[in-house]
Amino acid sequence: MALIADYLVQGCQMLLILLLAPLLTGWVRAVKARLLRRRGPSVLQPYRDLSKLLRKEVVLADSASWLFRVAPYLIFAALWVAAALVPTFASGLLFSWTADLIAIVALLGTARFFLALAGLDVGTSFGGIGSSREMMIASLAEPAMLMMVFTLSLLAGTTELSSVARFMLTAEVGLRVSLALALLALVMVAIAENARIPVDNPATHLELTMVHEAMVLEYSGRHLALIELSASLKLLLYLSLLGCIFAPWGMATAGAGPVAYLGGAAIYVAKLALGGLLLALFETSIAKMRVFRVDQFLGAALMLGLLGALLLFVSRSL
Amino acid sequence: MGVHSLRAVLDVGQSVAEHRPWSRAIVTPEIWHLLVEGLAGRTWTLLGLWGETGMVHLAVLEETTGSMGVASLPCPDGQFPSVGRLHPPAQRLERTIADLVGLQPVGNPDPRPWLDHGRWPISQPFGAAMPRTELPSPYSFLPAEGESLHQIPVGPVHAGIIEPGHFRFTANGEAVVRLEERLGYVHKGIESLLDGATLERAARLVGRVSGDSTVAYALAFARAVEAATETDVPARAHWLRALMAELERLANHCGDIGAICNDAAFALMHAHCAVLRERVLRASAACFGHRLLMDCVIPGGVVADLPADGINVLRALVAEFRRQLPPLVDLYDNTASLQDRTVGTGFVRPSLIRQFGCGGVIGRAGSRAFDARRQPGYPPYEQLEFATPVRTDSDVNGRVWLRITEVHQSLKLVEEILERLPPGPARGELRRSGQICEGMALVEGFRGDILVWLRLAADGTVARCHPRDPSWFQWPLLEAAIENNIVADFPLCNKSFNCSYSGHDL
Repeated sequence: MALIADYLVQGCQMLLILLLAPLLTGWVRAVKARLLRRRGPSVLQPYRDLSKLLRKEVVLADSASWLFRVAPYLIFAALWVAAALVPTFASGLLFSWTADLIAIVALLGTARFFLALAGLDVGTSFGGIGSSREMMIASLAEPAMLMMVFTLSLLAGTTELSSVARFMLTAEVGLRVSLALALLALVMVAIAENARIPVDNPATHLELTMVHEAMVLEYSGRHLALIELSASLKLLLYLSLLGCIFAPWGMATAGAGPVAYLGGAAIYVAKLALGGLLLALFETSIAKMRVFRVDQFLGAALMLGLLGALLLFVSRSL
Repeated sequence: MGVHSLRAVLDVGQSVAEHRPWSRAIVTPEIWHLLVEGLAGRTWTLLGLWGETGMVHLAVLEETTGSMGVASLPCPDGQFPSVGRLHPPAQRLERTIADLVGLQPVGNPDPRPWLDHGRWPISQPFGAAMPRTELPSPYSFLPAEGESLHQIPVGPVHAGIIEPGHFRFTANGEAVVRLEERLGYVHKGIESLLDGATLERAARLVGRVSGDSTVAYALAFARAVEAATETDVPARAHWLRALMAELERLANHCGDIGAICNDAAFALMHAHCAVLRERVLRASAACFGHRLLMDCVIPGGVVADLPADGINVLRALVAEFRRQLPPLVDLYDNTASLQDRTVGTGFVRPSLIRQFGCGGVIGRAGSRAFDARRQPGYPPYEQLEFATPVRTDSDVNGRVWLRITEVHQSLKLVEEILERLPPGPARGELRRSGQICEGMALVEGFRGDILVWLRLAADGTVARCHPRDPSWFQWPLLEAAIENNIVADFPLCNKSFNCSYSGHDL
């Protein structure tokens, strides 16, 4: 009976993130529109877009292979699983024990790998440009992310997220330089990974400046719907990750009962809203950087992650 | 070859009496060569090159004295000595002549068609006008060879809603090795439509060559007609025309400043500039009945006078700009991430700008102090006080700042015009002489100098009209501006140029 309940809660969590992801994207867009003195579409617009895309036919390029058709499902699956592994409203859920932060990084890498392959597969020049830029970004973002993971694991003694979250709530953590550096590194990686300004512009119509959008230019119909949903899931994943590691307050523990779960969910939604607001504010206040500055930006993230880990070797109290 | 003045060279030819206000002469191939050498040697600047059946016309400006003129070379055997052979800015114009009129430039190093993509029902609409039989042949782009070079074809259909144009990049990774433009996708056959059109219809057509500079085009057309018919326009009409022209400049420069920032993903500037632009459009609609001021300037004057409350509406607009603009300029200037994108991007060598006689913001941001409002000048600008702003940095940032300076200048001009608007009628009658006459006008639009040349038939209809957009001499420089830049910076360079596709493709 307990096992069934565990499965049920885990299932709820997976559904919750799937349902919340488009809302988060819509929320960020709505805030950005407001900041630009525009009325903007409703926060529910991404749902409408998805349902529209799901009903539309798929137009495939002549040069597209089976990989191009399969990639959206693989990307979506990898990102959904990865997002389900991050504790959201409750820590210590069933799946939480099956995979740790490094597995999440690997799942993200898998999704990116297939997306880049799909971009190359159709053989258009924009797909190629997008894939090559994405790989350049990934080659720096992934190590930076791993350095951040190492910093955390050195502190918490584990890479398993529920335990990390629990550890972060204990009094012995306090204010630490290494954690501040890790936070900064994670935020920078999150911006780059989610194709946000200043690394990429999710709203651009300029095909020559695109990174993520260039790779998915050839997608249409349900394939595009899955890609869009995956992108939303990824944004949600990173915000959840930031919330779970650096602001784990208000999270219910496994088996605490429906009321605690509901409370946790409310706090989780509030965290997402705050994260989305900050993201929109940041994006509005900055211009996109030149493509070749991205390596400096992510290089800084890598250095911050490295510094965080090194500081812990100097002194455990840093 | 000694140094001649343009006037002396044209005087050798057979002067055409009915051409006004500048002289036109029918010249021999020797004088033609002399002119081409003068263009190549930077003595003169190319203003325009166009053809009609059996003749090519070359409009030339002498910047030192401000004199200009047209040389016409009869070409009975269907060919003429190429200007582009020695003076590259003429090459695309010559390819256009070959496409439209069928006159072949002998010695033009680039024999490929330009506007004619092989999809018109007839070829050479101004010449033989033969129905097309052969299928279009593929266009051969200029080669760029080397290891690890790859081509990126962009357009003519773009991801955003913009005009169509094809850009062929040859790149090494992100670094652009060569950019070649292919234009002509918005060819509408305006010059053919103008053939035999009444003045009313022609004014409407010319006003639609490039919709965003409709006032400047209509003004250039009206001034050419008035020059041809030797009509004097009431003073108030001149001032109202200048008012409209400055409003148009204000709206477009504002839109451009925001759009350039938007291409660096800085949407905040774009949003605020769009609001300012909208205010200009609404004020224009309130004062003259059309948001873009289309068909407001006609030969003989302006369609409608400023309504009673117009002055107040425009004064309120200027006040609004004065309030809102400085914080926006500060925002542009103080956003380091934005400056990082614009400073040093898309540099064009001033020598190239001089060679191409490139006008407008691009020219003035690259040390060429040319403004048709000053040289040759037209009323009422000689009574107005304004300086020609010039910068030397010639990059995207320089072009943004030049636009900002010109916005301030236009605000001042609007204020001054409102202050000194002379009384009287806003429209006069055109003189109809009943004879063939020719006219020419050079007008400063927001992109640069617009040239309109026309010949009126004895019955007062248009026999031949050639509007030349400033973009003809700006598009080629965009190919140079992208050198040493990366592919991802092209939209920024392109937007800072903001050349017209429609005006170029005619």
